[in-house]
Amino acid sequence: MTAMQWFNVVLQGVLIGGLYAMFASGLSLIFGVMRLVNIAHGDLIVLAAYISLMVTQALGVDPLTSLLLVVPIMALIGYALQRGLLNRTLGEDLLPPLLVTFGLSIIIQNGLLELFTADSRRLQAGAIEIQTIQLTQSVWVGALPLIQFVVAVAVIAGLQALFYKTALGRAFRATSDDQSVAQLMGLDTRHVFAMAMALSLAIVAIAGVFLAIRTNFDPAIGPARLIFGFEAVIIGGLGSMWGTLAGGIILGISQAIGAQIDPGWQLLAGHIVFLAILAVRPQGLFPKVSG
Amino acid sequence: MRDASLLNVKGIDAFYGDFQALFDVSLSVDAGQIVAVIGANGAGKSTLLKSIAGLTHPHRGEILFGGAPITNAPAFDVLNRGIALVPEGRRLFPSLSVEENLLIGGQSRRPGPWTLARVYELFPVLAERRHLPAPALSGGQQQMAAIGRALMSNPRLLLCDEISLGLAPIVVREIYSRLPHVVTEGLSLIIVEQDIMQALRAASHVYCLQEGRVALQGPAHALTREAISAAYFGV
Repeated sequence: MTAMQWFNVVLQGVLIGGLYAMFASGLSLIFGVMRLVNIAHGDLIVLAAYISLMVTQALGVDPLTSLLLVVPIMALIGYALQRGLLNRTLGEDLLPPLLVTFGLSIIIQNGLLELFTADSRRLQAGAIEIQTIQLTQSVWVGALPLIQFVVAVAVIAGLQALFYKTALGRAFRATSDDQSVAQLMGLDTRHVFAMAMALSLAIVAIAGVFLAIRTNFDPAIGPARLIFGFEAVIIGGLGSMWGTLAGGIILGISQAIGAQIDPGWQLLAGHIVFLAILAVRPQGLFPKVSG
Repeated sequence: MRDASLLNVKGIDAFYGDFQALFDVSLSVDAGQIVAVIGANGAGKSTLLKSIAGLTHPHRGEILFGGAPITNAPAFDVLNRGIALVPEGRRLFPSLSVEENLLIGGQSRRPGPWTLARVYELFPVLAERRHLPAPALSGGQQQMAAIGRALMSNPRLLLCDEISLGLAPIVVREIYSRLPHVVTEGLSLIIVEQDIMQALRAASHVYCLQEGRVALQGPAHALTREAISAAYFGV
C-alpha cells in the first residue's frame, strides 16, 4: 500500500472516531455528574435511530432534518427516565443503577424487537450519502462522514462550553463534587441529574441518527456501541471532554487499520489498543487535571 | 412573643444515622438576633443545624420558619425560603473557582443586598483570588469563601457550623470581626461553636446542648461560667 492509501485509512478512522466520541460523551457526562454507569446507553442510541426512522417515514423528511424532533424527544425521555426511575437508584452503592440500566437495556432491545422485528433497517439520507469531497489527488472523503465529524467536534466543544461557561454547567460540576452541599446551595439535585440525562440523550439522538445513516441497524446492536463508547471514554481519560474526542479517534483509527490488515481484525484491533492503553495508562491519556 | 420569632424549633427528636442525637430540643431565633449553640463533641449541635437546613428530618417535633412549617422540606427548598448553612469543614466545591463557588451560592436568585461585589467588599482577599480553584485558598480564606457563598443566597437566617475549626486564632478573630457587618442587614445568625468564649462574645442568646438535650439557655451576659461548664460537661 502507498503512503496515500494509509493516509486515507487513518482519515476514515478519524472520521468514524467522531461518532465514537459522540457515543462516549453522553456516557462520560452522566458518569461525571452522578456516578451512574448507563448500561442502556447503546440501546438508547438504537432507540433514537428507530425514532428517527418513524419520524422520517411519517413526515417524509430526511434523517438529518428529523433530528429537529428526535433530539427533543430523546431529551424528554432522558429527563423522565431520570426523574421517574434512575434517581431512585442513586446512592452510596454503585450497583443498583448498574442493575437497573442493565434491565432497561434488555427491555429496550425486546421492546424494539417486538415493534420493529429483527430486520435490519437503514436511514436513507438521499443524495448527500454519495457526495464526496476531493482532498488530494488520491484522497476523497464522503460529505456525510465529514459532516458527522464536524458535528461531533461541535458537540464536544458545546459540552465543554456548557460545562465551564454556563450556570447549568456550574451546577453539574458542583453536584458532581458534593451532592449534599449542592442541595444546601439550593440546587435540586434530582432536577440537575435529570437535566444531565436529558443532555446525554440529546447527544445520543444525534449519534444514533448518524450511526443509522452510516450502517444497518437492528434492535440488537446497542451493546456493541456501548462498548465503543466505554472504550473511547477510558482511552481519553474520565472527566475530559477533549480527551473523549481523542479516545474516539484513537479507537476509530485502530479499527480502520485493523480492518485494512484483515477485515476480521477491525473490532479486535480496537479492543487490543484499548486494553494496551488501559494496561499502560489506566487513568487514560488525558485525565482531568486535579480533583 | 415566641410566635413572632423568625425560627421556631419545637421539641424535635432527630437521628444521626441510627443514633438518636436530639431529644425534645426547642430553640427560637428572632430577626436580627445572633444565637450561639455550644456543647461538647457529639452533643448534637451539627445534627440540630442539619435538621434546620433540611439535610436531615426530625422524627418528632416541628420546625417553623417565618411561621411556615419546614420540618420535612428538602434542603434546596429550605435554602430558597431563606436559610443558608455554612457547613462544618467549609466544603467548598473543589473543581470550581472561588468566584464560581460564590455564584453557586447565588443561583437561588433570592433578592437582597448580597452580590459578588458586596462579598468581595466584606472579604477583599477573595476578590484577589477569585479565579483560583477553591482548594488553592488557605483555611481561613476558604472559610471566608464558604461564608460568602452562603451569603450570596441572601438568607434571612445564616447557620454557621464550627467556623473556627482548624483555623489560627488570629484568623478566627478576623472572621468574627466581620459578623456584625453581616447582621446589619437584618440577618439572623445561629453560630455553633466549640470555642465558648468566642461564641459568648458574638451572641446575644446562648443554648448549651448536652447529650442531645438543651441543658442550659439564656441571654449571653446572664450566664455564669460555672453554669456553662456544668451544662457543658454535665458535672
